[in-house]
Amino acid sequence: MLDAINLTCVRDDRVLFSELSFSVRPGEMVQIAGKNGAGKTSLLRILAGLAQAEDGEVKWQGETLSRAREHYHQDLLWLGHQPGIKTVLTAFENLSFYHTQGAESLRWQALTEVGLLGFEDVPVHQLSAGQQRRVALARLWLSAHKLWILDEPFTAIDAAGVEKLTHQLLRHTENGGMVILTTHQPLAVDNLRQIHLQEKRA
Amino acid sequence: MMRRIFLHELRVVFRKGAEIANPLWFFLIVITLFPLGIGPEPQLLARIAPGVIWVAALLASLLAMDRLFRDDFQDGSLEQLMLLPIPLPMVVLAKVTAHWVVTGLPLLILSPLAALLLGLDFYAWKVMALTLLLGTPTLSFLGAPGVGLTVGLRRSGVLLSLLVLPLTIPLLIFATAAMDAASMHLPVDGYMAILGAFLAASATLSPFATAAALRVSVQ
Repeated sequence: MLDAINLTCVRDDRVLFSELSFSVRPGEMVQIAGKNGAGKTSLLRILAGLAQAEDGEVKWQGETLSRAREHYHQDLLWLGHQPGIKTVLTAFENLSFYHTQGAESLRWQALTEVGLLGFEDVPVHQLSAGQQRRVALARLWLSAHKLWILDEPFTAIDAAGVEKLTHQLLRHTENGGMVILTTHQPLAVDNLRQIHLQEKRA
Repeated sequence: MMRRIFLHELRVVFRKGAEIANPLWFFLIVITLFPLGIGPEPQLLARIAPGVIWVAALLASLLAMDRLFRDDFQDGSLEQLMLLPIPLPMVVLAKVTAHWVVTGLPLLILSPLAALLLGLDFYAWKVMALTLLLGTPTLSFLGAPGVGLTVGLRRSGVLLSLLVLPLTIPLLIFATAAMDAASMHLPVDGYMAILGAFLAASATLSPFATAAALRVSVQ
């Protein structure tokens, strides 16, 4: 369970959000909504432990992040704007770096799921933007992490891909996982919880 | 996990070969330019050889330095590395070691050629190779916190050299002093001990400093 307690984020003397508290329980999918520049990415980075909040704290299963960092990162899968894919390597090599455990066939299966079968031994820089994004998203089919934090996962993905991805997110929550994401696309999910970031008037 | 990072890093670098080759060419060309510019007198060349070799090694390693984290920062791999369930200093240690294997170790392999160009004898070459063996990893470790601090900046090249070069002065002094001593056939154990101490100290402290710098840079 992830708890955000009284988070305040300040960028360049501008308060993006303050006193933001919420918690995410197993089986929940949470969408962070807000205008461009409302601080969605900043919030996700704070939740992932990449950035520090001006005030407040994030707790993972009751423990403050700075104390339980390794424990937390074992359970966390983060996909940011830049997906962390080495473009000189092939899709298969990229996946193998992040997911060593499990059989090789699982990685093939993940690549098939995202429609990259046949492109697995092409260097990633020769693929299209959407395909490059799919290499990173293939990690979702391999992940055993409890919490997924995804920043704009649907960017550059076609309609069929979005549907498939939504399906995978739902399956993760049904298995007791947690998903926190930002997106500007309407999501076809029933029990989606939204957290709206609103600009504070100073 | 550290082994995995190390091998991944090597695979990435070998896929784009120019990144390893360029600093090496630089090192060789700088060393070749000195005999051309100063004149082919063996005694004079042997006299200035320690300084030439070490300054060239210093600049070559600085040239390659900023790719230690820059590519990872740009494609988001750095974030992923920071979120691995192992302490960040261990990640840094693996990265710096891999970086040394592709930038420092090749200088060592080129050193016989450099010795030949500058008219050094066998004993002097041996000492030079030893100083490079102990000194180039120290250079990588000294540079790492600087790279960590400047990784988010757009034009970090000059700033990086201003940050890192002053730190390398003690290394330069002792490494060239060792080679001077070797050219007079004096024992060099003391110098080597000090270079070894530099390496031990920088290898222990630098990963922590670099990890802290990266946490500041990646906000």
